Amino acid sequence: MSQGDLLHVVTGDDIGERRRFIGKALIWGSFAVVVAAFSWCALAQTGYLAWELANWRPALYAYLLWATCLCIAQVVLHGEQGKRTLFVLPATLFVVAMVIFPLIFALTLAFSNWNLSAFEGPRFNGFDNVRQMWTDPFYWNALKNMVYYTLAILVEYSIAFGLALIMASQIRARKFFRVAFLMPLMLSPVAVSWMVGKSMLEIRFGPISRLARWLGWDRPSFFGDPEIARLTIMIMDAWTFIPFMMIMLLAGLQAIPRDIQEAARVDGASGWRSFWEVTFPLMLPVSLTAILIRIIFKLKLADIIINVTSGGPGGATDSVTSFIFREYRDRSNVGYGTLLAIVYLVLIVVAITVFMKAVDRWMNPRY
Amino acid sequence: MAEQIFYDHSSDLSHKAKWYAGRVAVYGILIFWTVVCLFPIYWTVTTSFKLAPNVMQGHMIPFVDFWPAWKGWDSLGLSPRLAGQESTVREEFLKRFTNSAITSVSASVLAVVLGSLAAYGLSRFRYKFGFMRNPDISFFFLSQLILPPVVLALPFLVLYRSLDLLDTRIGLILLYTLTVLPIVIWIMRDQFQSIPVELEEAALVDGLSIWQAFLTIVMPIALPGMVAAFILSLVLTWNEYFFAALLTSTDAKTLPVMVASQTGSQGINWWAMAALSTAAIVPLIIIGVVLERFIIKGMAAGAVK
Repeated sequence: MSQGDLLHVVTGDDIGERRRFIGKALIWGSFAVVVAAFSWCALAQTGYLAWELANWRPALYAYLLWATCLCIAQVVLHGEQGKRTLFVLPATLFVVAMVIFPLIFALTLAFSNWNLSAFEGPRFNGFDNVRQMWTDPFYWNALKNMVYYTLAILVEYSIAFGLALIMASQIRARKFFRVAFLMPLMLSPVAVSWMVGKSMLEIRFGPISRLARWLGWDRPSFFGDPEIARLTIMIMDAWTFIPFMMIMLLAGLQAIPRDIQEAARVDGASGWRSFWEVTFPLMLPVSLTAILIRIIFKLKLADIIINVTSGGPGGATDSVTSFIFREYRDRSNVGYGTLLAIVYLVLIVVAITVFMKAVDRWMNPRY
Repeated sequence: MAEQIFYDHSSDLSHKAKWYAGRVAVYGILIFWTVVCLFPIYWTVTTSFKLAPNVMQGHMIPFVDFWPAWKGWDSLGLSPRLAGQESTVREEFLKRFTNSAITSVSASVLAVVLGSLAAYGLSRFRYKFGFMRNPDISFFFLSQLILPPVVLALPFLVLYRSLDLLDTRIGLILLYTLTVLPIVIWIMRDQFQSIPVELEEAALVDGLSIWQAFLTIVMPIALPGMVAAFILSLVLTWNEYFFAALLTSTDAKTLPVMVASQTGSQGINWWAMAALSTAAIVPLIIIGVVLERFIIKGMAAGAVK
């Protein structure tokens, strides 16, 4: 990640003893309020206090108070320097509250058995969830499907690259085609799963089924056979996201200076060779960014599967997300689902780190 | 009529033929892909005006194959016939629509505000929070992209239950802000890095404080980027289904959840589903057509360095 120019300003702030004290007092005072609110809520929830408390809202408000006080205290304590911290601090506090804290909570949740619809609360059950996961064929099947779904990106990439090349060449009505090609990306996956998955692929009256019959496929069925069902889901997902890759690649193509390609042509390179030896290598960084972002989006794939096949037939189309969603819907056990999700996260982080390291090695070889 | 003296050599003519063949192939591909992209939309919009026999006989073109009817829109209470009347379905639909609009717009605004501030800070100043320096902080924000929503979904379900935030718009807004924040930071950091630092230096010399300089000098220049980030967030949050399906039930239910809940129950009631789907996608189609240039700018921002 490159760094832009930094703004260098020398500031002279005179921060007295008294001001420093006020700042410190603000931070620690409000922090004490947070601790007090938390313990009060915890005590009231477990029933040690006489007073019933409906929810944990006081703790939330205390956190908000502390966050505000921390921001104010930055200016009080550090003057000009503190005003700069204020640019980043709100976003940081927000992300910490919304990600780090729930993740820690998720870790405790993952090792417990907690049925939300039952009356009793969470029950710590050690590694039972892990053992259950190990023997759960559907989870491994979902992970395997994710590998297939991710591999489909290569096909999407080639189609998107081809379209981007055409869009970057001299064509008429470019704006019209750009708007038209962008459209699938604007549609919500849920609407797509009805529009395409449920109605256009409907076996009797759907236009695609009619087309398939006309082309000679006697009894078209898009979700009966496991392989075909998975392929159908891949195609529907590709349909929505090819525009995304195409636009990134198009931006990359338009950023390549024209004279490089002209020089290649003057040197006598044919269209095909100038693509493979000039355009494609120059496009590698953009391609890798586009593929990486596409992988990240692909790993979240769920909406279409939940709404069209809900994993069927026999789990053949399940993605991890849709599987956990169904698992929760059917048994409302949050503990097991959370464990599966955390294992998934760990696998993703490892895979993406390996991918990025490999790409880095490959792009900047060290001899 | 004079006789033609100069003739094209046959090899030149073959070149021309090749060029025409290439053009035909290029436009053929373009038109084919346009059909692939637009046909489902066309199909949905026309189906919402069909009656059962039209659907079953596979009629495609309105006014030629079949005569449009308002039946699908009647079932949403949105047809001209029902315009003046009370309609519970319409109220239900409008409620979902407002929920979607409020959550997606507020989440996008919040994400653009938080994200632009953070991106500006990271592109201009040197920070040190404990062991975290600028690249680490950037990575901390951008790495949220990798986090699949399913990891947060169940913990949030439990947390929101104990905070009494289940089935509220606020809860959904906070989560949506979180999901689009990394994208906003990505786009905005790129945007701010392309603005020369000398502008702020001049403003600071003239006596503005850093926040004044940001608000009056930098922000107007970065506005197109902010609009791009906002539109992209709007698209993503409007279409979000997973969190909404888990965390809302009656009050804060959004449009995608409503569409999804109808797919199972309505069976072959195509015209109604088509009308509902059309109503759900129309706002974004309008945004896509009108603000296409901002969306493309936003998506291209991270690609080219």
